[in-house]
Amino acid sequence: MSENILDIKDLRTSFFVEGSEVRAVDGVTFQVPEGKTLGIVGESGSGKSITALSILQLIERPGEIVGGSINFKGEELTEAKNARMRDIRGNEISMIFQEPMTSLNPVYTIGQQLRESYKIHQGLGKKEGTKRAIEMLELVGIPSPAKRVDQYPYELSGGMRQRVMIAMALACRPELLIADEPTTALDVTIQAQILELIKELQNDIGMSVIMITHDLGVVAETCDYVAVMYCGKVVEYADVETLFENPRHPYTVGLLNSLPRHDVDQDELIPIKGSVPAPDEMPTGCRFAPRCPHASDICSKLPELETQEDGNDVRCWIYTEEWDGEKGVAVYDREHTT
Amino acid sequence: MTENTLLKIENLKQYFPIKGGFLGRTVNHVKAVDDISFTIGKGETVSVVGESGCGKSTTGRAILRLDEPTEGKVEFEGRDVLGMNAREMRKMRSEMQIIFQDPYASLNPRKTVRQTLNEAMEIQNVVPKKERNARIIELMETVGLQKHQIDRFPHEFSGGQRQRVGIARALSVNPKLIICDEAVSALDVSIQAQVLNLLKRLQREMGLTYLFIAHDLGVVRHISDRIIVMYLGKIVEMGETKSIFENPQHPYTKALLSAIPVPNPKKKSERIFLRGDVPSPIDPPTGCRFHTRCPFATDKCRDEVPVLEEKDEIYKDKHSVACHYALDIQQGKHKPKYNMTDVRRNLDDEGTDNKSQEKQLENA
Repeated sequence: MSENILDIKDLRTSFFVEGSEVRAVDGVTFQVPEGKTLGIVGESGSGKSITALSILQLIERPGEIVGGSINFKGEELTEAKNARMRDIRGNEISMIFQEPMTSLNPVYTIGQQLRESYKIHQGLGKKEGTKRAIEMLELVGIPSPAKRVDQYPYELSGGMRQRVMIAMALACRPELLIADEPTTALDVTIQAQILELIKELQNDIGMSVIMITHDLGVVAETCDYVAVMYCGKVVEYADVETLFENPRHPYTVGLLNSLPRHDVDQDELIPIKGSVPAPDEMPTGCRFAPRCPHASDICSKLPELETQEDGNDVRCWIYTEEWDGEKGVAVYDREHTT
Repeated sequence: MTENTLLKIENLKQYFPIKGGFLGRTVNHVKAVDDISFTIGKGETVSVVGESGCGKSTTGRAILRLDEPTEGKVEFEGRDVLGMNAREMRKMRSEMQIIFQDPYASLNPRKTVRQTLNEAMEIQNVVPKKERNARIIELMETVGLQKHQIDRFPHEFSGGQRQRVGIARALSVNPKLIICDEAVSALDVSIQAQVLNLLKRLQREMGLTYLFIAHDLGVVRHISDRIIVMYLGKIVEMGETKSIFENPQHPYTKALLSAIPVPNPKKKSERIFLRGDVPSPIDPPTGCRFHTRCPFATDKCRDEVPVLEEKDEIYKDKHSVACHYALDIQQGKHKPKYNMTDVRRNLDDEGTDNKSQEKQLENA
């Protein structure tokens, strides 16, 4: 097994609002193997984006990282000084956000924004910076880059803007790229271009990627490993083939069963009942128990994320000795999707 | 026109004027929907798919006359919708309802569920005043909301529940046709599945007809009987769901279908990448509107607008396509001009391919 470029253990990020603590990220553990792509999936409010911001130490008040460790190539990021973090951001770890229009500065040209990165991290001057910016724009497939470099974000289409974001994120050839829903705002044909581009650039540069998404199709196509999050916790961590072939956690199964597929015929979708609990109604035991079709007495206690025989992790009582519900319960009925 | 037709659209056009210049005169038009025709049968679900800006939402709005169409004909059960005066139109709207994408924006934040549903029934006067309360409770149960939530405001509901309120409001006037404009797009998958199942159940129970406007082709395959694919204001392909997914004939439909990520890591789809972005609908390309991005395009595509027609004998009456070369491509007689699997190729701003043009020039 390859080295892990990023190793997160029991990360906790909370927001302190009106005297109460909202645990947005509540004990997240996962690894990103070097050169591979890790997908983080989950629905809105599961803590995916806050996990990403925590890695870059971009959590602002009233939020705070309250515990856990983020190990990047042997360096503990939770203890890194601000100056060191500034050096890492955009240089060793880069991030692409969902909405390219709001993440680009509307009053600066594309070139000015790209040059900034070269100036700060590599001390390049205006002329050299512009040259590199044009090269970078060409690399991400922007037509007439020499002309585009002097244009403003509003002059570009959504797909072009996301390409510019990627160019900016990759300007300093980072070792880790965090892509937070990079294609959610884009049409499918443009999404296909962008995902392929990220994959190709990953091979060229040899970087690792964290792909945050809610789209299981995107996960299947781009990721090597997957962490499924629910209510601030990782409920399952597996290689991508195992996750789709043999999903273990009832929540993962629920997601797969409720997904309308374009590639196969389905009679009926099997939705997950109910909805995500509000932060002040969070169950103390397994967070998914109130919506879980298999929930039993023991689920009022919180299960641990435990490693299974094949090396994948799952946080569910069904896979433990203590399980007190139906023995050998069929969590995933493959018949449904084939 | 057959007995079974509920809605018939003929040569519908929707042009939005662009005002500009010193005197604020109309300088040009955005041709959002440009001459489309289709029908929807009773109890059927027809989906309109396409990327942003293809005119799918505009089509839905034009049918309800939320925007007044520029030209064309809309017939509902044989009645001419566009010729109706305001009073007739108001009555008409109890038979055609719409559910919007954003349940946050389409519900009045200062009205409770009771008030929202009551208002709809009052305007259309479909239920006597005394019975309205009972009907509201019945509707809430139908869409899966609890009776005790009747006096809650929209902000007290989750996204999925709010969309259920939107559905209850549409149902409150006993419509025959519901236009679902991206009705499930904003919802998480687990909630989306709940709402899709609800829509299907309501259709079975009440014999509803849906015009489903969506960009998610997984959702579309699941819910539709027939599919209309639009590109830049035109219908490029129309047919039965199975036929469209299993035998897409228009190069655009093929590219669109191949672009969707498949939730199966073992199946890697052969992907067709389209060059560049959708051109502006202000001055859409001549001839076939897709020719600027189509690897199969020829001079004929630049000059002649293709007609939507049944090309393939096997799929007669089921599947029509607007492409000059649909059959030739299928039979391998007409080959693409460039490799469609390279994503980083350089294009100029018209979306045409620099390299292939250069090559063509050299060959000439």
